[in-house]
Amino acid sequence: MHTKTLAELSRGLAAGDFSSTELTQSYLTRIQTLDSQFNSFITVTADTALAQAAAADQRRAAGDADPLSGIPLAHKDIFCTRGVRTSCGSKMLDNFVAPYDATVIEKFNAAGAVSLGKTNMDEFAMGSSNESSFYGAVRNPWNRDCVPGGSSGGSAAAIAARLAPGATGTDTGGSIRQPAALCGITGIKPTYGRVSRYGMIAFASSLDQGGPMARTAEDCALLLNCMAGFDPKDSTSIERAVPDYSATLNDNLDGLKIGLPKEYFSDAVDPRIATAVQAAIKELEALGATIKEISLPNTQLCIPAYYVLAPAEASSNLSRFDGVRYGYRCANPVDLEDLYKRSRGEGFGAEVKRRILIGAYALSAGYYDAYYLKAQKIRRLIQQEFVSALNEVDIIMGPTTPHPAFRIGEKSNDPVAMYLEDIFTLSVNLAGLPGLSTPVGFAGGLPVGLQMIGNYWSEARLLNVAHRLQQATDWHQQSPATI
Amino acid sequence: MSLDRTEVEKIAHLARLQINDADIPAYAQNLSNILALVDQMQALDTQAIEPMANPHDATQRLRADRVTETDQREQLQAGAPAVENGLFLVPKVIE
Repeated sequence: MHTKTLAELSRGLAAGDFSSTELTQSYLTRIQTLDSQFNSFITVTADTALAQAAAADQRRAAGDADPLSGIPLAHKDIFCTRGVRTSCGSKMLDNFVAPYDATVIEKFNAAGAVSLGKTNMDEFAMGSSNESSFYGAVRNPWNRDCVPGGSSGGSAAAIAARLAPGATGTDTGGSIRQPAALCGITGIKPTYGRVSRYGMIAFASSLDQGGPMARTAEDCALLLNCMAGFDPKDSTSIERAVPDYSATLNDNLDGLKIGLPKEYFSDAVDPRIATAVQAAIKELEALGATIKEISLPNTQLCIPAYYVLAPAEASSNLSRFDGVRYGYRCANPVDLEDLYKRSRGEGFGAEVKRRILIGAYALSAGYYDAYYLKAQKIRRLIQQEFVSALNEVDIIMGPTTPHPAFRIGEKSNDPVAMYLEDIFTLSVNLAGLPGLSTPVGFAGGLPVGLQMIGNYWSEARLLNVAHRLQQATDWHQQSPATI
Repeated sequence: MSLDRTEVEKIAHLARLQINDADIPAYAQNLSNILALVDQMQALDTQAIEPMANPHDATQRLRADRVTETDQREQLQAGAPAVENGLFLVPKVIE
């Protein structure tokens, strides 16, 4: 069963080929047997999963079933799940049992989906390698010496290892798209405001967005249908109708205009990645698309702008973790200041502390204009550049990352080297546009992803193009030999 | 832009973060490297550009000032480190 896609499993359940209970037990057994190799789960909720599966089977028997009824999913440990530990990959929340469900979780529960557990992630979503988790690094199922990417590395690895057919992730600077690329799966970061952030532990409030990760675009469409929608509890949620993302997957691509920014195909990109991406673009041309070379001159500036804005917002968001109301509290605080400083100093890992410090610096008196305000202006320029380009082309494409998965430990001593790997994904969050990554080949046995960036609210089109590409290729069907 | 020990200590205090003495040089180095990276922004003239705080330039949505939430204090305090009579306990602040 684990070799089937989420959509195939949905059809199988509808046809009565197997029950949700059988399906769920099968994944739970796989997780128990195999996950020690990957460390993709922080918490496995076996009892609840089986109870949810039984309930889904009963509903189905009574004639009441939706496409996601009884489908087992894994959730990034950044989404609050009532009664279940929600750690955000951090010692700070190792003891935190969420008292409520995130809106995304509520929606999946209402759809009858099954929750297998909470997946591993970079601490507080800060990272591109899943090495900073309090619970240890996640290993890439394609090569266990390599990173799966981050921060949604656990979700990506779980899908690649066939430990779950679908998962939720979050993306602030690439954290859905980059691990999807490094693990050979599909992931989409929706337009900012499309998916509710209520109950999704905040990293950078103007950049964060939750989204689906699965093997195929068809699978992601099913998941996004459930996740998307206005939520009055999220003040940044946008009120806009959710189309049926599954309905337009097979639309033809005649007349689709694809823009290729020359900045995305520089010498800095591994030539094997460039080759795989170019081959995929040729497939799209054969399907009716036309190509236009464009330029996004401010591409490089997305790195400094992001690494000011995201840490600045994080320093504000993470100030709530003070040892007073929830989470880690240091032992024997001598006074209030000691309580704050040691709870935070001991509860947070090094990368989180680095980003809080940079953020606090950028916002502090005397530096606010030079750093924070300046970065917001660069953000405006980057957004304008995209909007201008998207007036001439429908979708912008390029590699999701400049390199395939690097070795665990290779970049962990050099934060700046790690940050440079995010060059193609960061600007999409700065602009708030939707972005998707789809597998298009391999480089030295490691997966390669192609990124598609669309105009605001064009998730349906992105999923359609990825689906048509997936029908013409079979990269998304590959699994690691070890699985 | 390079940060020295004193500056790291000052920002750590602003952020209420305890950094071990022995770790301060490494933090200073890493933070200086990051600042060198972000200084690239200064090369661009952005005087005439409007800052962008939100991708849609959206403003805060308002609602009617009516009570809609229920009292869940007990449930929400269940995981707190130290509570008494519905209050969160901290080391004494006022002498």
